[in-house]
Amino acid sequence: MNPEVMIYNVLSLAVPFSVAILLAALGENFNQRAGVFNLGCDGIMCMGAFVGFMLPYSLKAGPLAPYGNLLGVMGALAAGALLGLLFALVTVTFRASQGIAGIGLQMLGWGLSGTLFRHFVGGVTGVEGILAMPIPYLSRIPFLGGVLFNHTPLAYVAFLLVPASWFLLYKTPWGLKVRAVGTHPRAADTMGISVDRTRYQALMLGGAMAGLAGAYLSLCQARMFSDDLVAGRGFIAVALVYFGRWSPLGILGGALLFSIAQSFQLSMQVWGIKFPYEFAVMLPYVLVIVVLALARKARQLGPTELGKPYNREMRF
Amino acid sequence: MTAMLEPISELKLEGITKRFPGVLACDGISLQVRQGEVLALVGENGAGKTTLMNIIMGLYRPDSGTISVNGEPVHFRTPRDAYARGIGMVHQHFMLVPNMTVAENLALGLKQLHHFMWLDIKGAAQKIRDVSERYELPVNPDAYIWQLSVGEQQRVELVKTLCLGARLLILDEPTSALTPQETDDLIERLQRMASELAIIFISHKLNEVKALSDRVSILRHGAVVFHGQTANHEPSELAALMTGHDVTLPRNEGGGPPGEPLLSVKNLRVRGDRGNLALDGLDLELRAGEILGVAGVSGNGQREFADALAGLRPVESGEILLEGRNLANRSPRAIIDAGMGYVPEDRQTEGIVPSFSVKDNLILKDFASRQFSWLSFLRRKEIDRNAEQLKERFDIRCPSTHTATGALSGGNIQKVILAREIARGPKALVAVYPTRGIDMGAQEFIHSQLLDRRREGVGIVLISEELEEVMNLSDRIAVIYKGRILKILPAVEATRERLGILMAGLADPDPPAASVHPSAGAAHE
Amino acid sequence: MNKEKLVYGGAVIVGVSLIAALLVALVLFSIGASPLATYKTILTGPLSDVFGVTEVLVRSVPLLLVGLGIAISFRSGILNIGAEGQIQMGVLASTAVALALPGLPRGILLPLVLLAGALGGALWGGIAGWLRARLQVNEILSTVMLNYIAAQVHTFLLRGPMLDPNELETGSGTPQSMRLPETAFLDQIVPGTRLHTGLILALVAAVLVYVLLWKTTLGYRMRAAGAGAKAARYAGIPVEKYLVVAMLLAGGFAGLAGAVEVTGVHHRAIEGISSGYGFAGIVVALFGMLHPGGIVPSAIFFGILLIGADMTQRSAGVPANMVLVLQGVIILSIVSAQSFLRNPYAQERLFRWLSGFRPKKGAQP
Repeated sequence: MNPEVMIYNVLSLAVPFSVAILLAALGENFNQRAGVFNLGCDGIMCMGAFVGFMLPYSLKAGPLAPYGNLLGVMGALAAGALLGLLFALVTVTFRASQGIAGIGLQMLGWGLSGTLFRHFVGGVTGVEGILAMPIPYLSRIPFLGGVLFNHTPLAYVAFLLVPASWFLLYKTPWGLKVRAVGTHPRAADTMGISVDRTRYQALMLGGAMAGLAGAYLSLCQARMFSDDLVAGRGFIAVALVYFGRWSPLGILGGALLFSIAQSFQLSMQVWGIKFPYEFAVMLPYVLVIVVLALARKARQLGPTELGKPYNREMRF
Repeated sequence: MTAMLEPISELKLEGITKRFPGVLACDGISLQVRQGEVLALVGENGAGKTTLMNIIMGLYRPDSGTISVNGEPVHFRTPRDAYARGIGMVHQHFMLVPNMTVAENLALGLKQLHHFMWLDIKGAAQKIRDVSERYELPVNPDAYIWQLSVGEQQRVELVKTLCLGARLLILDEPTSALTPQETDDLIERLQRMASELAIIFISHKLNEVKALSDRVSILRHGAVVFHGQTANHEPSELAALMTGHDVTLPRNEGGGPPGEPLLSVKNLRVRGDRGNLALDGLDLELRAGEILGVAGVSGNGQREFADALAGLRPVESGEILLEGRNLANRSPRAIIDAGMGYVPEDRQTEGIVPSFSVKDNLILKDFASRQFSWLSFLRRKEIDRNAEQLKERFDIRCPSTHTATGALSGGNIQKVILAREIARGPKALVAVYPTRGIDMGAQEFIHSQLLDRRREGVGIVLISEELEEVMNLSDRIAVIYKGRILKILPAVEATRERLGILMAGLADPDPPAASVHPSAGAAHE
Repeated sequence: MNKEKLVYGGAVIVGVSLIAALLVALVLFSIGASPLATYKTILTGPLSDVFGVTEVLVRSVPLLLVGLGIAISFRSGILNIGAEGQIQMGVLASTAVALALPGLPRGILLPLVLLAGALGGALWGGIAGWLRARLQVNEILSTVMLNYIAAQVHTFLLRGPMLDPNELETGSGTPQSMRLPETAFLDQIVPGTRLHTGLILALVAAVLVYVLLWKTTLGYRMRAAGAGAKAARYAGIPVEKYLVVAMLLAGGFAGLAGAVEVTGVHHRAIEGISSGYGFAGIVVALFGMLHPGGIVPSAIFFGILLIGADMTQRSAGVPANMVLVLQGVIILSIVSAQSFLRNPYAQERLFRWLSGFRPKKGAQP
């Protein structure tokens, strides 16, 4: 086979694969920048995927059908923000251990989406979902056009969110507050910044983005919902934040790296290269561990108060 | 902006009470301060000074009492409210975000620079330039905080507070991390600024209080016990009022035979957290029955030196010889077994396991010894007996030896640590900031314990930033600067000024030898 | 543990259960099920006959073993989320040994099979421990990833090298291993039920874990490393080493749980054999306050919940995923309640808030 075609195949598949983990990781980056480690990202993605699927599915026959996908996306954002709010209540207000609470949130989101799906839908059912929207002119550029400019609108949103979240973090008052409360919350507090409020906002934004990531999976990628649709992508997203050293650009790089590995694995099967399927599937998970092991020095650059609850009245 | 320009003609506190779980931190405190005046607020650690100031700043809500500015009652909910009325505070631990620039740190608090989706960082930088020029406090707005020295950070804090519109400055122990010379410089600046501002100066260093303040209020156990004009009272008088009784901290009276060389550190090189050479050829020798004080501005390698002695930081090159055995790069366990005792800097996290009971913390280094275990089963009876005995001997005040150690006061935690270390019968003992933040009673006890060990022939390395403590207890004083020992001098020859100049890295102005150093003259007196 | 602590802890657990039950009732209500009827089925259904009780205990055995392991790791300051994968590795290792050595006498084979399971799990847990100790890899993320990897290894082996040859012949293709030799079976305790001697093994393990953690120097080291890593390091305890030891033990218990499932219940390795015990074990351990004395009743309680949830799925149409929701809510409630109530400031504020209601009845000066 022509190597150029092979590369094209791998890349054009990798870009859509990267969208969900990119969205979730950019959201998680806000959480971690504000000092909260949200492992429940995976569970939020499950709920986002479910809500994103459920609204267009249930509105299919009604008068709102043309807006089904839009409502699904908005519902996923809202569901994500709501779960982010719940996580903020637990970890910011009650100051619970973030690692364990994250696992609790993951179980909750995963279980709840499955329960509701089985009750309201039952079995595997497809939806039309959101279709690809090639960008005029640009999508006709040879090679690059197909790789970059022939995707669903949510994919473009995700990539635009990379510079947008950089701008938000480094050029706006809110970003300044987020960085401050994640690194030196007491300093922020003495400057009249509400640490708790800022962390709530960051967690809700991060949650909404994880919800959106879930909706991308159910509406754009799989066009259906199932219990194991998310399959640990939320955890991969959390790992990507470490890998990307808390910078949106780094996270983008990590997301692309993972997706290329994943699409390469799928392409190998298409090309008929003999390789046990199960080992191909486990590849991204192995990659996460390797990447985490390599990224261990990054911690010093990150939000130094990551994972620590802040209590104004705790004296030194 | 407009409200900020209004001068503070008077800040008045009446009957401020604040209760923390188990502690009455402020007990009906009344105070006032006017423009052009410096009020010194003096008290021991834990007397409630910082809590009171945090109440003024709106960080804590008082349980009762009123605060009024210019005769008008105010209720601050956040520091921003306090700044809006012209009250600002420089905290003892700097409130600067290390990975942000000076301008960004200021912008955090300047609401008028916060536009929707845009942060006016240039405006912040301009404001800093204006203020730093006006008050002659040079500061680079684009520098990152982590790049600045402690003294520079102090200046940034001052500028930041002034930029935020403070007309009443609260300074919480502003000199605790400065060299004597930097301290003198700061006090001089503050004296100049005092005419336009009102200043509340919190300290327990009475010579500084004497030098700077017009009036002094003394807090003890959360209550005001004394108000007066500074000029009318001697430091010794204030000290007695501060502690409530005459405390004379024990002194090293010298004497005793000079012991054998015990611990010698040769050309030690150790890297810091950032990969820099934090210790760069440090040499030291400690004799048995001697207290060797290590003085220096914090951040000159003390932490790394202590870590290396405890085996917690890899040694790049050099030797640490305890009775001739090289301990460099040995495991902490091997170093402990060689007879090294250690009182770490951060007692809450390095000295004890806070959730463990007192008795369990007392065996933290010896749980596996024959005394406390049998075939790797813990001997509970023996552990209990040991705890009761040490509790008695070291006057550890705790409800029972089952109490979680983290719940005790700082002084009692330090006694637990000291009891454990001393009961092991160490040959050498390293004590890092052993009395930081604890009350005079416990301080006195700890000092006399250290002196007793000295008399028994233990060699002690005392790392401290309290010059007085170092001068009181040491036989010899080593000044550490940029990872080296700049000079070792007998304690009897050490004065505050001389140590200060050495701590700033300048050549010794007053060498014992007869040679003349003209260059250092400018800094001296 | 002293009495007050026990009463206080018990009160927290009861309070948390009520809150969790209330929250989950909302979910039940939203899918049109009656919360009260559902809870009644879940809690009383499994206990209505002897068979039900034995089934509860059958479920409690792996929960108890996994929960004990997780308690060891949490107490040692390492959050093991990877029990699911460690169970599967235990299943594979024990099955492989039993099938490879069918000729051995029972007295040798059975212990060997159980040991193999424990070693398989320990190896899998040890990887995460080693990664954390040597390379500072966050153990939560690594254990989650190892779960996915273990699941794939499990599937690969059961569909390939370890697939029962009969399945290939009959063509049904169920991915499962050959049946174990009967010399590798655990005995039944109550004839005619599935309750097996694994229960006794698990209870003995609970006692051993208690002794280990609170009566031995190893336990002291691990708890010190978990509760104050820095202080432990200063005291000469090589914390990193005990993180690995804790993960080996935690993984070992999970692997043992897998081996017990194989030798006591299924008698072969099948797909889905761990059925969420790894995650439920986290809840069991937290609910039991990370203490064997609490984990034993907690494991039985969750055994009831699991059986009860199956029953409601059949009788009331409430999907069994509901158990996951319940577990998630319980975790969130427990960690919130514990950290909220442990904070003296919050305690005082709560107290003040409660007493604030009194003077408002006209007692204003």
